[in-house]
Amino acid sequence: MMGMDRNGVNQDGWRLNVVLVVALAAMMILSLAAGKVWVSPTAWLGDDLSALIIMELRLPRTVLGAAIGAALGMAGATMQGYLRNPLADPGVFGVSASSALGAVTSLYFGFAVSAWLLPAFALAGAGIGMGLLALLAGRSGSLILFTLAGVILSSLAGSLTSLMISLAPTPFATTEIVTWLMGALTDRSWDDVILAVPIIAVGMAFLFATGRSLDALTLGEDAARSMGVNVLRLQWFAVLGVGLTVGASVAAAGIIGFVGLIVPHLVRPFAGHRPSAVLLPSALAGALLVVGADSAVRILPSVSELRLGIAMSLLGAPFFMALLFKMHRELS
Amino acid sequence: MVPVTEILAFEALSLTLRGRKILNDISGRFQPGRVTVILGANGAGKSSLLSCLSGLREPQSGTVTLGDRALLSLEGKERGQLIGLLPQRPDIHWNVDVKTLVGLGRLPHSGRWGMSANDHQAVARAMAATDCTELSARKAMRLSGGEQGRVLLARVLAGEPQWLLADEPLASLDPAHQFDVLERLKNYTAAGNGVIVVLHDLTQAARFADDIMIMKEGTILAAGPRDQVMTADIMAQAYGVEVQIGTSDTGEPLVVPVRRL
Repeated sequence: MMGMDRNGVNQDGWRLNVVLVVALAAMMILSLAAGKVWVSPTAWLGDDLSALIIMELRLPRTVLGAAIGAALGMAGATMQGYLRNPLADPGVFGVSASSALGAVTSLYFGFAVSAWLLPAFALAGAGIGMGLLALLAGRSGSLILFTLAGVILSSLAGSLTSLMISLAPTPFATTEIVTWLMGALTDRSWDDVILAVPIIAVGMAFLFATGRSLDALTLGEDAARSMGVNVLRLQWFAVLGVGLTVGASVAAAGIIGFVGLIVPHLVRPFAGHRPSAVLLPSALAGALLVVGADSAVRILPSVSELRLGIAMSLLGAPFFMALLFKMHRELS
Repeated sequence: MVPVTEILAFEALSLTLRGRKILNDISGRFQPGRVTVILGANGAGKSSLLSCLSGLREPQSGTVTLGDRALLSLEGKERGQLIGLLPQRPDIHWNVDVKTLVGLGRLPHSGRWGMSANDHQAVARAMAATDCTELSARKAMRLSGGEQGRVLLARVLAGEPQWLLADEPLASLDPAHQFDVLERLKNYTAAGNGVIVVLHDLTQAARFADDIMIMKEGTILAAGPRDQVMTADIMAQAYGVEVQIGTSDTGEPLVVPVRRL
């Protein structure tokens, strides 16, 4: 529960972050053990084949999962605070859709032979998406215009992606595109980590810097501006932060939905509802959720590995419904 | 260590929105330590003037000055420290508790790493001044309209601005809460701060204003001490209604519109 000390500092906020850090560390270690092959922890740091499985296959996958989860969780918390809408998620700006379009383009043309081409195309897609957003929304700082621009961009990129799928030169390319779009961390290497993590880190710095302005927006735009919030600066910090974090996440793992939507709701009852207080716990809980879910899909007894993107959607849809029911009750 | 409140003035202010002249080359000044009520018919430009005075809107021409400094030359944060705005529509978006909400009023003052002891004292003072202390742990979204009005006023007071600007703070408040809000605004001038309020209720305006500025169609029809401006003649020009001005049994002013002219 929320607790305040005499000075009003949210002590439980720190406690929550510490708990999440410990849980995340534990989950990351556990995730190294998850997989079809059992490797005894005593052999993790050895120099044989089983150590290779841990250090070159499972560890990068875990690190990447944590980074992407943190990115999506924080981006979701920022979007909800910025749009003052609990149903907003990082996809609203259209960045994930345009990033996916970039990746699909590289698959369509069969460029995916190099490990770097697909992520490069995905990042280029995210960049072009942000540029278009800037053109569409302009310098107005208007929230409605901006959200509309994001929705337009999102549906445009979505339909172009469908076009790519329907026009794919070979059934193989179609399958490859569809599978990739579902999002997964399978077979990710340190290369992917090196590509994604620095970009995600920069993006998260932008997101973190929005905290105070998001707090002020709790009182509405006029009150926030009267307290010195620069809404245009806030807008571009949010776009850059979401663009970099989500763009890098999509580049590395495809579309993993619902994390950005769910996680802020999970942490809010514990962190308090002040938007800035939700940012860091959302990043930690997002990492925890993705690493946990990715471990689960690895050990589930199925013929082929369940795609992480699908697993998250299966988890997310019922959550979304529960959220709507809860809001319905609160409104009536 | 209370700094002396400077005079807030505007000079040759013009504002055009979507081709319509909202403010038409107007000038005026507000005295600190007094409540100035801005009156005028709907669309007279009251809210637009207030948004220029609070720095939310940049006029096409003219300047707003605080002392000898142009308002728009100030950093947003400093402007936020000096001029507090209570916007017209109460807006509370997240289910934060009252103390957190009032604490947001310290944002122009507090550093990156949270609130200082000074900030907490200011919040406590603001909550005491508005009788919100007991609501401290309540969720702000769950409060009644009157309670929300008090809490949002506490938010502005917590920033301890030299000038407090309130846009129709009485909307949706019952008479008892209307008195509460106006008394508190009046009290805020006792320490030398300036208060500017946009009102529609003429009797409340006559009771609480020290000065009245009355607007019509983007211009200032009259401005000055209450008794000079609150006349049947000026009200008729401003609103197009006939008003009767009298006093209650206990000597309070009564301003009653009686018919449309």
